[in-house]
Amino acid sequence: MQGLSIKSISRHFGAVRALDNVSLDVAAGEFVALVGPSGCGKSTLMRIVAGIETADAGSLSIGSRDVTALRAAERNVAMVFQNYALYPHLTVSENIAVPLAMRRLSAVERFPLFGRVMPGLAQKRAAIAIDVLKAAQSLGLDALLDRKPGQLSGGQRQRVALARAIVRHPDAFLMDEPLSNLDAALRVQTRREIVEIHRRVGAATLYVTHDQSEALTMADRVAVMQAGQILQVSSPEAIYHDPQDIRVATFIGSPRINLIPAEADAAGHVHIAGRPSGLHAAPGPVTIAIRPENLRLASSGMPCVADGFEFLGESLLLHARHTASDEALVVRLLPDMPRPHAGEAIQLTFEAKHALLFDQNGKRVALRNHPAHSQELTLA
Amino acid sequence: MPEALSAAQPASFQAKSRRLTRGEALVGLMLNLPAGIAYFLMLLLPSLATILLAFTDYELGALEWGWIGIANFEEMLEDRGFAIALRNTVIYVGLVTPLSILLGLGAALLIEAGMRGRALFRAVFFLPVVSLTVAMAAAWQYLLHPTIGPLNAFLRLLGVTSPPFWLSSSDWVLLSLGAIGVWENVGYNMVLFLAGLSAIPRELYQAAEVDGTKTWLDRFRLVTWPMLGPTTLFVLTITMIRSIRVFDTVAVLTQGGPNKASEVLLHTMYKEGFTFLRLGYSAAITLVFLLMVLGLVWLQTKALDKRVHYG
Repeated sequence: MQGLSIKSISRHFGAVRALDNVSLDVAAGEFVALVGPSGCGKSTLMRIVAGIETADAGSLSIGSRDVTALRAAERNVAMVFQNYALYPHLTVSENIAVPLAMRRLSAVERFPLFGRVMPGLAQKRAAIAIDVLKAAQSLGLDALLDRKPGQLSGGQRQRVALARAIVRHPDAFLMDEPLSNLDAALRVQTRREIVEIHRRVGAATLYVTHDQSEALTMADRVAVMQAGQILQVSSPEAIYHDPQDIRVATFIGSPRINLIPAEADAAGHVHIAGRPSGLHAAPGPVTIAIRPENLRLASSGMPCVADGFEFLGESLLLHARHTASDEALVVRLLPDMPRPHAGEAIQLTFEAKHALLFDQNGKRVALRNHPAHSQELTLA
Repeated sequence: MPEALSAAQPASFQAKSRRLTRGEALVGLMLNLPAGIAYFLMLLLPSLATILLAFTDYELGALEWGWIGIANFEEMLEDRGFAIALRNTVIYVGLVTPLSILLGLGAALLIEAGMRGRALFRAVFFLPVVSLTVAMAAAWQYLLHPTIGPLNAFLRLLGVTSPPFWLSSSDWVLLSLGAIGVWENVGYNMVLFLAGLSAIPRELYQAAEVDGTKTWLDRFRLVTWPMLGPTTLFVLTITMIRSIRVFDTVAVLTQGGPNKASEVLLHTMYKEGFTFLRLGYSAAITLVFLLMVLGLVWLQTKALDKRVHYG
């Protein structure tokens, strides 16, 4: 069975391009996180997949059906909303039963008074009740079935929303920032539970979030989105260690990746502030990006000035300033390392294999260093 | 141990539990006085006077009056005019309330669903609410006039040979007044429903769509109607109270006629009090009227409030 396939979707709001020719595939059983800053179009994309909003161009297929022209009700997708969107007048079990009642019962059968006399309705209702109970039990909601959403905590409402989504075995599972209304401790716990549910349900899952730690910890693949475009879709490890776009490199990772301006001469030698670095790349201006944990203090390296510290418990962040370019740099150190004084001149270095080079357009360029010579940096 | 407890109490609590000095008490009393006097003179005294009057045979301008106990209420039970007025009022309320609520809701739903002209339609439907009923009654008198009125002219055009005498036939007069009452109330209800509709979270409609609602009616029954519950209860209460108070159209257009066919409670009360000057009897009617309104409000809040506020 096929999962979810988004092909060349575009959407404009007036002159604003919310989505610009976006394509994305989610295989059956795969969990893809769509991450980006607010306003990047990720929610719009999800709502187009759900059928709540329409695309200007492009096509969409879910579970081997072309659903581009179908309405939300006919797409067999389930969605968990940011504010859960539970029906406040219905009990927990009635909330969970809504998608089943809408699909399995005819309009007449759903009518309060007529329904009673319809033949076969009792069996249908009983079947729905059994499915509702199963979904509720799998989320530990059995004790709450007769409560109204107003009597539940945020975490419980969130489970009801999940139960309502899984109860009908959807072809695709959409989640729009489902954890953003929970407190930090509950968020980490629910994160694991959602992954667990996903394994059990096995539907193609698209998960929208602005929180990179959610995306990296939960997803099989992460799609980074910015300004209406998907910049890169890769495994969490590849997104972090091998970003193909400087915007991906700077968006993912906390504290932010360090950027150092540099220039490769005609022979391909990369110079930082006019001094050869020992890195090799195609000629032209480049930006060297290095994660804070890959920078270290050394007796010879880039001359910098220490600014101050942040103690994080398991590590220590050293804030420094690159003397030549005046760029602010962050170095992650072990907490028990000797700390330089603020204002002290220090030297920072890194290994060639950790350097990510980007060209002027922000695209990744290959490092031409021979792997065997990865240590041969001449930063001083 | 008591020392430790009192030490733990915040300073403000200690200040509060301290006895007020006489001067402070006096100042407090003086500051309350203007509001107290206004409250007594404007709200308490008239109500109290009405209740007392209801048990007297006082007539306006009379030099002496006496306590007659519940004689006014006994008379009311015998009074055919009062019975007719009560019956007509109930019919009027039963006619105007559901119609003006349904039409108000319908108008609100249509305006909410429409793309253009929202402000225009809102204004048009709200116009009867802000216009003076007595002035508009004159327009209605012309519209419904049996011979020169446009309505009957139109009916004759359609081939109706003897169109009804809207305001002067005892079969039609209550219906005609009811129609004017609906016209008066629809705009008000519509505005309330519009406010209620705009407070429904969009996410619920989107969830309903993803959950498989295919028709407008499905979404109305799953989201709109239950979410409008508190609004509908308020509209129901306010419309009943507004229509049970019907007076100005009756006073201007029919004076309760023909043959008491459009006699309503407030008009009977007004006639007894200001035409026949029987203030005691009039006050008794007022009291009954007040109890009816209070009963309605109590019933609605007790019976329905629990069912429209969730969680």
